[in-house]
Amino acid sequence: MLSSYFGPGSIVTQGTSPSFAEAVSQSVSLLVASGKAKLSYVDEVLESLKTLGPYFVIAPGLALAHAKPSDSVVAPGMALLKLAEPVMSGSANDPVSLIFSMCSPNAGEHIDMLADFGQLMSTDQVMNNLLNASALSVIEDILFKNAL
Amino acid sequence: MLIYAVCGAGIGTSVLLKSNAERALSMLGIEAEVRAVSIDEARGADKMAQVILATPEILDQLAGIPAEVIAINNIFDLGELGEKLKATLS
Repeated sequence: MLSSYFGPGSIVTQGTSPSFAEAVSQSVSLLVASGKAKLSYVDEVLESLKTLGPYFVIAPGLALAHAKPSDSVVAPGMALLKLAEPVMSGSANDPVSLIFSMCSPNAGEHIDMLADFGQLMSTDQVMNNLLNASALSVIEDILFKNAL
Repeated sequence: MLIYAVCGAGIGTSVLLKSNAERALSMLGIEAEVRAVSIDEARGADKMAQVILATPEILDQLAGIPAEVIAINNIFDLGELGEKLKATLS
């Protein structure tokens, strides 16, 4: 179940951010606030963004911020920052308003989580519904109840 | 047939790419093994894949690898994945 990976308070809607890097930082901080990662994980993700560019902008309007498994990760987790005003990342998939983030303590524990996430997001209309949603309850329904 | 799904860390984008590529391949009726790997693992692999799937931003870092590289813009779009895989594999 995807819902088990989203800790308390890990979804924020109507976010505002001056830049993509700041939005990534805010989203990854939700993993920290919900107990899935330590503060150092934020720096690791930002470093990865700096080195590799916005490669984790993986679909139109959507990023999945992450870094390698490390000691900074407590448990497999996900978070979502939905921006009220999209930001530019430098990717072909700009502008970006759905900033997901994820973490995993090792290379295995999150496979089911991402398989569930990938299957949900490739279902017709789920992306559009998420991009158009602003209320937390609606976003939770789309992610957790597969309300298509 | 061996396919690498590649991303920077080898744990996020590549795992999603792998799982959706497997679904696209199964819809096409094509048998292939898809492995999720990091850029470093793809570069240093003993057994090179015939096809590499990656997001456009990291293509530069895959230059020189002797495999056909497919850039995927929307990794949730099974249509895009299927069409590009079909065009490359047929």
